[in-house]
Amino acid sequence: MRQLFAPGADAILRLVLLVAAVLVVGGLVVAGGISRSNWAYGVGVAPTQPVPFSHKHHVGELGIDCRYCHTSVEKASTAGIPPTWTCMTCHSQIWTGSPMLAPVRDSLADDKPLHWTRVNRLPDYVYFNHSVHVTKGIGCSSCHGAINTMQLTYRAHAFTMAFCLNCHRNPQRFIRTPDQVWNMEWQPGADQERIGRALVAQAHIRPGAQLSDCSTCHR
Amino acid sequence: MRERLALLVLCGLALAGCKRHDMYTQQRSQTWDQSRFFPNGLSMRPPAPGAVPVQEDDPDVPQPAVVTQAMLARGAQRFDIFCTPCHGRSGDGNGMIVQRGFPHPPSFHTDRLREAKAQHFYDVITNGYGVMYGYASRVPSADRWAVIAYVRALQRSQGTPAASLTADDRAALAQVAP
Repeated sequence: MRQLFAPGADAILRLVLLVAAVLVVGGLVVAGGISRSNWAYGVGVAPTQPVPFSHKHHVGELGIDCRYCHTSVEKASTAGIPPTWTCMTCHSQIWTGSPMLAPVRDSLADDKPLHWTRVNRLPDYVYFNHSVHVTKGIGCSSCHGAINTMQLTYRAHAFTMAFCLNCHRNPQRFIRTPDQVWNMEWQPGADQERIGRALVAQAHIRPGAQLSDCSTCHR
Repeated sequence: MRERLALLVLCGLALAGCKRHDMYTQQRSQTWDQSRFFPNGLSMRPPAPGAVPVQEDDPDVPQPAVVTQAMLARGAQRFDIFCTPCHGRSGDGNGMIVQRGFPHPPSFHTDRLREAKAQHFYDVITNGYGVMYGYASRVPSADRWAVIAYVRALQRSQGTPAASLTADDRAALAQVAP
């Protein structure tokens, strides 16, 4: 009987199978990487807002404390979006004719809240409380990044589970003294590990094994 | 015909599968969620007109009889957050927002405000004064008294002759002075 396949056919078949396997595995790796990437999570992208509010100007240049506007951050689960009244505390006198601020003035006059676009959002199955973090010594910039340099506000980190666990497993690497919580330029010092352990004990923070329990965040 | 109908139903089922079913978005309103149910878009409901609160949100507390160190520290912290933008860290009224064009508030170091009763400061923080907006919603009642205690400390700090200090305090002052 005549040979159906040339002598090299077997090699070609093996090569094709190998390439197919590499493509499937490589494709999965690339897709996995992309789906977990900062790009997929929109990190660094400032959404359009009704007013181009600059944290860089208000925090970095004017030195207004976070808590001036985000008043509930020490008491409640959400940090609080300031009511228009807070904006108008200063803007009733400053930049009163600015067209950029027209939505703010209209909001106060019509008693209709501004529709800000949310920058950070956690899934509904995650329990998060701002107050416990800031009162125990986790600073704003640990999660929100260098807000004081943001012309327009963007997401500084992808809030993946890995991001949360990174700190929940080793809180001593991130914990600060209470007065440094609001410092946007805080960086851990050389002896952070030692100071951190003392601060963790002082704040009665549960050990890493308990802090990374499922039910700490998923309750 | 029957096959087409079946295909349509299958397509519908497939589309339903596109929605996230991992509880990422749950059927409940969270604090800043927009409501598609209520006409004004807010998921929070204002109390019905004429509703009487069972408990007041932030009832007025009387002025504390004594000022403690903790109260002063709290007052200093709240003053730095809410007052310094205009009144400045020393209370002279040259805060950053004033430097940017906000009308100059009176300095705390004038005879009128040195002699003013604590209640006057309390009322101004609560209700505002002139171009100053009220801070009742941002500074709770107990914090207002703490801020006033700190304002009194600032007034003392700016008007006391160095010669009247104790030797220890003068030494401490010499260290911080330029």
